[in-house]
Amino acid sequence: MLEVDGVEVRFGDHVAVAGVSMVVERGEVVCLLGPSGSGKTSLLRAVAGLETPAAGAIRWDGRDVTREPTHRRGFGLVFQDFALFPHRSVAANVGFGLRMRGEPVEERVAEVLALVGLEGYGSRMPSTLSGGEQQRVALARAVAPGCELLLMDEPLGSLDRPLRERLTGELREMLHDLGVAVVHVTHDQQEALAIADRVVVLRDGRVAQAGTPPEVWRRPADEFVARFLGFANLLPHPDGLLVVPPDAVSLGPEGEPGTVTAVTFRGTGFAVTVAVDGGASLEVPVRSEAIPAPGDRVRVAIEARLTSVVPVVR
Amino acid sequence: MDRDRPRLSGSGLLATVPLAFVGLFFVWPVATVIAEGLTGAGVLEVLGDRRLQRVAWFTLWQAAVSTVLTIAVALPGAWALARFRFRGRAVVWALITVPFVLPTVVVASAFVAVLGPRGPLGGPLGGLLPGVGAILAAHVYFNVAVVARTVANALGQVDPQLEEAARSLGASRWTAFREVSLPLVRPALVAAASIVFLFTFTSFGVVLLLGGPRRATIDVEIWRQVAYFLDLRTAAALAVVQLVAVVACLVVAGRMQARVVPRRARDAARRPVGAERAVLAAILGPTLAFLVTPLAVVAYRSVDVGGGLGLTFYRALGTSRRGSSLFVPPEAAIRNSVTYAAIATAIALLVGGITAGLAAYRDRRTSRLLDLLVMVPLGTSAVTLGLGFLLALDEPPLDLRTWWGLVPIAHALIAAPFVVRIVVPALRSIDPRLREAAAVLGASPVRVRLAVDVPLASRAVLVAAGFAFAISLGEFGATLFLARPDNPTMPIAIFRFLGQPGPLNLGQAMAMSTLLMLVTATVIAGIERFRAGSVGTF
Amino acid sequence: MKVKRWLAGALALLLVAAGCGDDDDGGDGDGVTLRLVTHDSFAVSDEVLEAFTAESGIAVEIVASGDAGAALNLSILNRENPLGDVFFGVDNTFLTRALDADLFLRHRSPAIDDIDPRFVLDDEHRVTPIDHGEVCVNFDRSTYPDGPPATFEDLADPTERGRLVVQNPATSSPGLAFLLGTIAHFGEDGWQDWWRALVANDVLVATGWEEAYYQHFSGGSGEGDRPLVVSYATSPPAEVIFAEPQPDDAPTGVLVDTCVEQIEFAGILQGTEHEDEARQLIDFMLSPVFQADMPMQMFVLPVVEGIDLPEEFVAHAAVVPEPLRLDPADIDVNRDRWIDEWTEIVLG
Repeated sequence: MLEVDGVEVRFGDHVAVAGVSMVVERGEVVCLLGPSGSGKTSLLRAVAGLETPAAGAIRWDGRDVTREPTHRRGFGLVFQDFALFPHRSVAANVGFGLRMRGEPVEERVAEVLALVGLEGYGSRMPSTLSGGEQQRVALARAVAPGCELLLMDEPLGSLDRPLRERLTGELREMLHDLGVAVVHVTHDQQEALAIADRVVVLRDGRVAQAGTPPEVWRRPADEFVARFLGFANLLPHPDGLLVVPPDAVSLGPEGEPGTVTAVTFRGTGFAVTVAVDGGASLEVPVRSEAIPAPGDRVRVAIEARLTSVVPVVR
Repeated sequence: MDRDRPRLSGSGLLATVPLAFVGLFFVWPVATVIAEGLTGAGVLEVLGDRRLQRVAWFTLWQAAVSTVLTIAVALPGAWALARFRFRGRAVVWALITVPFVLPTVVVASAFVAVLGPRGPLGGPLGGLLPGVGAILAAHVYFNVAVVARTVANALGQVDPQLEEAARSLGASRWTAFREVSLPLVRPALVAAASIVFLFTFTSFGVVLLLGGPRRATIDVEIWRQVAYFLDLRTAAALAVVQLVAVVACLVVAGRMQARVVPRRARDAARRPVGAERAVLAAILGPTLAFLVTPLAVVAYRSVDVGGGLGLTFYRALGTSRRGSSLFVPPEAAIRNSVTYAAIATAIALLVGGITAGLAAYRDRRTSRLLDLLVMVPLGTSAVTLGLGFLLALDEPPLDLRTWWGLVPIAHALIAAPFVVRIVVPALRSIDPRLREAAAVLGASPVRVRLAVDVPLASRAVLVAAGFAFAISLGEFGATLFLARPDNPTMPIAIFRFLGQPGPLNLGQAMAMSTLLMLVTATVIAGIERFRAGSVGTF
Repeated sequence: MKVKRWLAGALALLLVAAGCGDDDDGGDGDGVTLRLVTHDSFAVSDEVLEAFTAESGIAVEIVASGDAGAALNLSILNRENPLGDVFFGVDNTFLTRALDADLFLRHRSPAIDDIDPRFVLDDEHRVTPIDHGEVCVNFDRSTYPDGPPATFEDLADPTERGRLVVQNPATSSPGLAFLLGTIAHFGEDGWQDWWRALVANDVLVATGWEEAYYQHFSGGSGEGDRPLVVSYATSPPAEVIFAEPQPDDAPTGVLVDTCVEQIEFAGILQGTEHEDEARQLIDFMLSPVFQADMPMQMFVLPVVEGIDLPEEFVAHAAVVPEPLRLDPADIDVNRDRWIDEWTEIVLG
């Protein structure tokens, strides 16, 4: 298992990671989630050995690897824009790590390419591949040498949305089939929630919340996490903010009265923004055919047991 | 009917400028030299002569060895400069570049100052001088800048993540560099190597001043045939052989070099960490020591007035001891040098700039052809060129043989290729969408060029201007062979000082050399300030 | 189109400037400008030239390129269309070549009568002798406190092993002059053996004068380790004049018995448009003013008798009563062969 113990990463005076601790077990997929500047990539690079921590330790299966050079750690690394060697074929890319270890190449390369669904692509050049194909080659290259810890830096980041959504599912399956420990960095909360066994939310170099996706979703630890997870409905509450998830709010005959201010089509349905009498503004998902128009008077019902309260972040 | 008359395209008209320039001041003079003495029998005779065969062979192998040695010496420095950002980086860039633009006469003096019997390294390394060792060392000295700058630029554009990926896959730092980055800079390396080969193949001053009597290159031989034996036939035949070899080299290099793909300009350098600092010092230390020591020795000699340090020689520069017409007050020499350099730069920018503008957007074959055409003057003997001017440009209204303007024109012929090499990549890296945007907004093609390309390439143009200026300042060979009215440049003035005995003469040569080094270093440092962050192969 | 107009203007400017390169008559009114074509070592005092201009109304423009041999060859190549009006810098080793090329016009200067007849090598006066100097072996006084070797034969003696540096006659004018001197001294049948002896004595061959003197010679301003070098008879005074402070004694001396004569000539180039003025210039070069100016400028000696030499020359220059000489016609016929043979023997 991977142990990150109080790791601190600095660039000059700027502190990118201000003391983060976490544990990743074999077979577990942990997502580091956070906005840009939260330190997630720096932390990943520190684990990979591409940055040296200013403080703290990194241990793998009990062995301290904090000072060990990158090429000896044996961790797989997938980059955001894939970093495929442009002058080498797909097979040469995938076989690179095996070649470095002096292990036989051909069979394993074919095996791994099959695993990611790219049989027969061996002789192609990276520049001729589509984004999705490149991403899979990058993944294949990282896992071919048989690493036990896979580090992924926004692997789906440079793909377009439909592809990303499709690949998210595939990726999740592939990772679980591999059975390795995975640290997956992303800023996309949907991706994180879909892929991860556990989510670690980072903010300004510190852990804001860690837990399973349902835990984090149901009970965001603070306003930052709540907003980052995309909750649109945060109502004032004496103890802080009331988080009202989309499935906790609906239009109906009962509830608070209000006026529709906007109606937005969201593909899977409509989001109706209602200005409730009394001040608050709520976004209500509506699936039925009866879509109100701006200006209409409606009633908004809230299911209290699905809501949670978060303290306000100062 | 008006409609039937073919219209001159804008670029066709523009192309006449560089074509006319090269045609008038290069092709015609060189062709005249060749025709003057050339018969089929002449070339065969030359090729059959055993001594000349030896000369040709020596020219070839010393150029090859010089190129390999230069690469070996320059590569570590290039890597260090590309990868790391550190205090004094701009100074290092400048120091590496100064030797390149110094005239051969100064470098020869510097080497003698270091390796001669009374020099600091005269004991252990004195055997190198005169001889092949000194020639090779001087060639490396001159050309380190070419390789270091070109490769460092290219390396700086290689995505550092590629090497990181390799390292995560088990490659040590060196293996990652070798497997990933080095292949990706191969085109730049080949380009640099071909320039170095060209320069060393046509080497004249270095071989003459440092090689001793047994060593001669084709260039030296051409000079001897013209200056001593008045055997124009042999000289012309040799010039043909040299030209053929140069063109062949350029063609081969062009083949080996895939078109350099312009990447987004990125400066991937970062501060060195931990052990990297020691590595950086271990690389840059010896490299700088090698490059700076000869210059430092010359500077020291310029103030070593026998019995202490003083400015006697500098003061002597300023006094006309004998009221002589030979006397060149340093201000006059500097002024002449700077004037010629300014004019040469203007011409080189005009000719080189237009060529670059035309070459940047053509298909691979045409741009390679243009590149070849532009590089050939670099590979031509200065003697051939000077002689060509005298033979060809002798009929009014073009009786230019004693016209002072030939000097900056000769300089421009040498500097223009660098302008092209610097500006073309900058033009190629301009986002085509910017041009499309301008076109959509109503700009004609020429207007688009002026409004988009010129401003965006302006930095590269400034860098190119600086280089042309520095090259002109240090040019010696061609200037020496031109019949010129008496406006000597600094290199000529230095050469004259070395033509007479006496410690004052030697000292003044050192003093003027030091002044030249300072002026050059200032210009180069100025270039570096503009260069930071700009894209270019040089 | 703005760009095109600007380009056209620039081209026009260039052509106009080119046209300006060709003007011979510099003057407004009476002044003619003569163009003196010569080599890079030519020098004359500004005042002397100005005096000439003031007196005659003729301005002199100096056009220099390369060394003596190269400058002459360039003039020969441009024979049909001379570079200037007067050429200065033919020396006796290349005299026949210049005369055969029919470069010059005849001019018998009245001052010829004041010149030692031994300098007047052309009866037809196509060239006029202007200065002379000797190429001699110079020695470093500090190495020879009791006196240097005196003769050529001494130089081949094993006691002088590794002490001499000479120049390649194929690339150096003093080198060629020295070779010719040895041929004059030893004769056609003896010079080769002497040079073989020198090779056995570890003689060093340099490509040019600068290299030999500054890099390998140990005397005076030389930075080398060999105390004997082929240079000029006027090099010792130069070592005195060009030192600060000036020493009382010259640090170097000359082996008088090894001295070879070099005479330098000037001539009026065929095809000049200013024949009269050119004659005046030649005559001026033989005038006492010019002749007296030459030693300090070019480190050569006047050919006109009775000219006072500067005191440094009197004190430190050697007097060479009988320098070695060869007939210019002989030189012309055999020069290339001699150089080839020398190269075989010495450079292998």
